[in-house]
Amino acid sequence: MRIEAALRAARDSGRKLLVPYLTGGLSDDWVASLLAVAAAGADAVEIGIPFSDPVMDGPVIQAASSAALDRGATPVSILDDVSGADCDVPLVVMTYANIVHRAGARRFAGSLAAAGIDGAIIPDLPLEEQEPWAPAAADAGIENIMLVAPVTPDDRLARIVEQSRGWVYAVGLMGVTGERITLAASAGVLGRRVKAMTDKPVLIGVGISTPEQAVEAAASCDGVIVGSALVRILLDGGGPEAAAAFVGSLRSALDEAY
Amino acid sequence: MSGSRPMAEPDDTGRFGEFGGRFVPESLMPACLELEAAFTRAWADPAFHAEYEDLLRTYGGRPSPLTEAKNLSARLGVRVLLKREELNHTGSHKINNVIGQALLTRHMGKQRVIAETGAGQHGVATATAAAYFGLDCTVYMGEVDTQRQELNVFRMELLGAEVIPVTSGSRTLKDAINEALRDWVASVETTHYCIGSVMGPHPYPWMVRELQRIVGEEARAQCDDLLGGVPDYVVACVGGGSNAAGIFAGFDDTPAKLVGVQPEGGAAIGHGQPGVVHGHRSMLLQDEFGQVAEAHSISAGLDYPGVGPEHSYLAQIGRATYPWVNDDEVLEAFQLLSRTEGIIPALESAHAIAWVVREAGRALPAGSTVLVNLSGRGDKDVAQVREILARTTAR
Repeated sequence: MRIEAALRAARDSGRKLLVPYLTGGLSDDWVASLLAVAAAGADAVEIGIPFSDPVMDGPVIQAASSAALDRGATPVSILDDVSGADCDVPLVVMTYANIVHRAGARRFAGSLAAAGIDGAIIPDLPLEEQEPWAPAAADAGIENIMLVAPVTPDDRLARIVEQSRGWVYAVGLMGVTGERITLAASAGVLGRRVKAMTDKPVLIGVGISTPEQAVEAAASCDGVIVGSALVRILLDGGGPEAAAAFVGSLRSALDEAY
Repeated sequence: MSGSRPMAEPDDTGRFGEFGGRFVPESLMPACLELEAAFTRAWADPAFHAEYEDLLRTYGGRPSPLTEAKNLSARLGVRVLLKREELNHTGSHKINNVIGQALLTRHMGKQRVIAETGAGQHGVATATAAAYFGLDCTVYMGEVDTQRQELNVFRMELLGAEVIPVTSGSRTLKDAINEALRDWVASVETTHYCIGSVMGPHPYPWMVRELQRIVGEEARAQCDDLLGGVPDYVVACVGGGSNAAGIFAGFDDTPAKLVGVQPEGGAAIGHGQPGVVHGHRSMLLQDEFGQVAEAHSISAGLDYPGVGPEHSYLAQIGRATYPWVNDDEVLEAFQLLSRTEGIIPALESAHAIAWVVREAGRALPAGSTVLVNLSGRGDKDVAQVREILARTTAR
């Protein structure tokens, strides 16, 4: 319960939550970037374990995933890199079902726990396909963060919210990850629907890339997840400092607004 | 085994044994559930069947004939019967599936269809049905395939479809499916994803097999007329496996041996392990960490690292076998059928012929009767084959 406890405590202190995402294994100094964004005001950090066929991801994270794979990154190498890191916020991995399936749910959950990871997001495991992953994660102490979408009807929403651990991930728009010019109207609608249903932390992700969008989205929920905008900075050659500066700008905007 | 039906409905989770399922993001789950309900309702409705079958007859050109390949039979020492799906409108079995899915699209009140295509056959069929039903249509096609199947791109555009070349990954069928899924995640409220094979999340593998079942049922009746029984073997090529599933479904409860012929460079059954991609769990070419491998085949339509989940199940229970043939054998078969029977097969279908040619008198005992699904015609492939043969001769 490390993630949920940490996020509840932060929220209850009056702070909006911020979870940056970066692709694991993207560069030699990717762990330095991870630690830098963690120190720049993140409440948790998502680490993408790259998959060859990421259907929930738009062009930026697709490019980062193939770049990391081309460098030879594997789930094992990424977890090895992380396990030596001394990070004081909870860490979450985001990857696809076949990475879990190939390793085996129990073995994969165990390897996350051994590397000091606290939670996992597997977007292509919907409610109907939670076995055997959810129980394996629970047994290993890994919080299984589930997703809800703008098209999720109320009865499904209630079941997903009930089963999700760590936080509830509200997908802000109908579409894949990536930067958008404006925040989708669906984000606020979904945020409010989920908040009305649960006391668990509710974060909106997908389509949030600027401090202004983060502030706007956070009005309807407990906080935001920002991925593609950060990954683009890293893909363009920005190092830990540039990454931290961007995350710091999100943090300040949220702190000033709330 | 007569009487038992190995190709039954999947279970409540959309599984055939341990294969299948619904591995899609939450954004797509409501649409998958809606489609399952719509298809289940339609498939139990005689009015839907009447409309579907009437369209296949009056627009699609069904029934397709069964041709006895006498010259090839004499040469091989086995009796070869060809189910002539290449004579359908648009030149392959793909029209059976898209007519059914276009009707469902209308039933669900959606105005747009999207599709993936490898060789272009499914893309052309979808663009055709979209034109007929007045639907907007976008087809995703790997950039490599838009080059090797240039004419089919133009065909789809003529039919009013938008063709989007996919430049990610291996730039072939697998990546076209990824891109179609990404479109669908954003457009699902107005758009139906017309998947071209027996793959994807439930209900697709079951629904597409049912929409292709007409091939097997016709062939069963035609064999009964001609042979007074069933053939010894039923042979079809397998990429995702829709033409094979369709013809197998007419014979699953008979003693006929079912053979799905894979490309050597895409033999998921045999060279793969169970994996989860494109919405289902099935055999898959992948590395030790679960990264999907790239397939390699002369035929764009079979250039796919996975296979439909029901085929993995039929292989596991031993009801069907899935050997493979190499590109050289396929090129030989392509030319052989053209010369002996006056029928130019699609490179995909030439895989099935190639296996029969190779195994006649070996795995296929002399004197056997073999039904081959000639799933598509080869017009689309002649330019590519001409180029390959010119290169081979020059060497």
